[in-house]
Amino acid sequence: MTSITGVGVSPGRVVGPVVQMPPAVAEPAPDGALPAGATPETETERIKAAAKSVQAVLKSRAAAATGDAAEVLKATALMAADPMLVKSAAKLLAAGRSAERAVWEAGGQVAEQLRSLGGYMAERAADVLDVRARIVAELRGEPAPGIPDSAGPVILAAEDLAPADTATLDPDRIIALVTAGGGPQSHTAIIARALGLPAVVAAAGVTELPEGTEVYVDGAAGLVVTDPGEAELAAAAEYAARPTLPPFNGTGTTADGHRVPLLANVGGGEEAAVAAAAGAEGVGLLRTEFCFLNRTEEPTVEEQVEAYKAVFDAFPGKKVVVRTLDAGADKPLPFLTDATEPNPALGVRGYRTDLTSPGVLERQLAAIAQAAAQSQAQVWVMAPMISTAGEAGRFATLCADAGLKTSGVMVEVPSAAVTAGSILKRVDFVSLGTNDLTQYTMAADRQLGPLAALNDPWQPAVLRLVQATVDGARQAAAGEQEPAKPVGVCGESAADPALAVVLVGLGVATLSMTARSLPGVAAVLGSTTLEQARELAALALSADSAAEARAAVRSKLPILETLGL
Amino acid sequence: MPERTATVASRVGLHARPAAIFAEAAGEQPVEVTIALAGTPADEAMDASSILSLMSLGAEFGAQVVLRAEGEGAEEALDALVKVLETDHDAA
Repeated sequence: MTSITGVGVSPGRVVGPVVQMPPAVAEPAPDGALPAGATPETETERIKAAAKSVQAVLKSRAAAATGDAAEVLKATALMAADPMLVKSAAKLLAAGRSAERAVWEAGGQVAEQLRSLGGYMAERAADVLDVRARIVAELRGEPAPGIPDSAGPVILAAEDLAPADTATLDPDRIIALVTAGGGPQSHTAIIARALGLPAVVAAAGVTELPEGTEVYVDGAAGLVVTDPGEAELAAAAEYAARPTLPPFNGTGTTADGHRVPLLANVGGGEEAAVAAAAGAEGVGLLRTEFCFLNRTEEPTVEEQVEAYKAVFDAFPGKKVVVRTLDAGADKPLPFLTDATEPNPALGVRGYRTDLTSPGVLERQLAAIAQAAAQSQAQVWVMAPMISTAGEAGRFATLCADAGLKTSGVMVEVPSAAVTAGSILKRVDFVSLGTNDLTQYTMAADRQLGPLAALNDPWQPAVLRLVQATVDGARQAAAGEQEPAKPVGVCGESAADPALAVVLVGLGVATLSMTARSLPGVAAVLGSTTLEQARELAALALSADSAAEARAAVRSKLPILETLGL
Repeated sequence: MPERTATVASRVGLHARPAAIFAEAAGEQPVEVTIALAGTPADEAMDASSILSLMSLGAEFGAQVVLRAEGEGAEEALDALVKVLETDHDAA
């Protein structure tokens, strides 16, 4: 029995066999010659055979899938043996390329063509690149890329997961995620929480576990144990038998009745409908990138109005906080961001893109105002990546000019937390984006596994900046008759029930999270009084490390164990 | 060379599901069939059984396309494919 310690990012305790995610298919060398004895003709036949077998695999997956997924897989299966793809690869073979390189280049050309057409076609470019990788893997005799097909239930081990992997991640088959890389804010962590799967990231060594090894995963403690013993099996059995959480009743409060509205983070109309059904009291973060991603050109105002209205219509009479376009860093957009920046996390991103691409933000605000006028939702608007009170003031003016009544900003940059008082003299609310606030406070890239321990929202320094923001809001209100302007949290930290209690204790007014986390956060918050939350906040603030803060708070919240959170 | 002009009946145009259905049907014919937007030169016509070619053709709802084929069974193949094109597969 050996154990690997990583960072627990999504709670739950399970036991199962490991399947390894195959590494991404490497680009074939450009100068690869034909193998001895091969001719362009024999290699064309080899490509055709590989394409046919990839097509057969995709077809059988399409037959097993339902709805939209089945349609997409069927179309992808047709692409695999597409005569145009095979013909252009054959031409490249005649020009002296190896079979692998010919397929690679032919697929790349087709993807490029589709991308240049924009819209729906551009989205299909990713399918062509997937097909290309599968054919190259087949030619080499390597396992197909992507999440392996297996009967399940299995525990998926990987270096890290990409957003594209979510589409094929079936939570009925995959019961936990363990990655060697990634951090608490990585895509793996976000996916795991959204699907409710136990997950441990930054667990060095999990990619070396032999296929089929039986392991125990504790997603709260950050543990991966091979050849689990009786204690582990019992812990997993206890977790499997945990009481099911009651659904969120739609009113977030502490045990003594202090109201804390629980909102949802959504990225479009469909997710908004799911969140409304889960009892969310509104939307605390609408990521408007969803309507811009994979686009080579800015969407029209009409397209944007339609997309935003779909979200507003899911929450009539309720609050919906719209975050304006947050492009840059890990979310590049060709018409807004410069991909050659040496340090994109500190580059022209979020609100800052208005400096280099003026007009996009104004058109977006016009679209939001138009959609708001056609719906019953209370629409609030906020800008990401604000560093100064001056920027906040200018954003408030732009919102007012667009006819939007309530404007605010995200607090993600430490300077905004420190100057929250000045900022709140110019805008109506702030919302803490704890993922970026953590990476900037700790100067630790959120995608890097080795920095995962630094990149933890339980870091006392991050909690002190939350406190500074709440204090700023109180100072801004001092002397005026009105109560302090609201400080919300819409980062991943609000989805951690223990940390949610600490945030409320620090004076945060609303919490916004993935809809799946609402029942857990509501249950734990509802069992804690405001006074207890304040004591837990003081405990966390005085800790020396993130691990100590987390352990100290968790030990005072036994309900977490009972509920398997 | 036998040819037919047909109107794309699927409301999403010749993309996605309608394109997949059409490419599959074209691939099942005993002869090679080409497709081009009406009014474009015949030598720019593309392989009708290639979903990637169909997608890059950009034939929207209501667009007129010309199908061409040669050899034994060409007439029957063209008739069958016109039927596929003039059905709204998006309605299903």
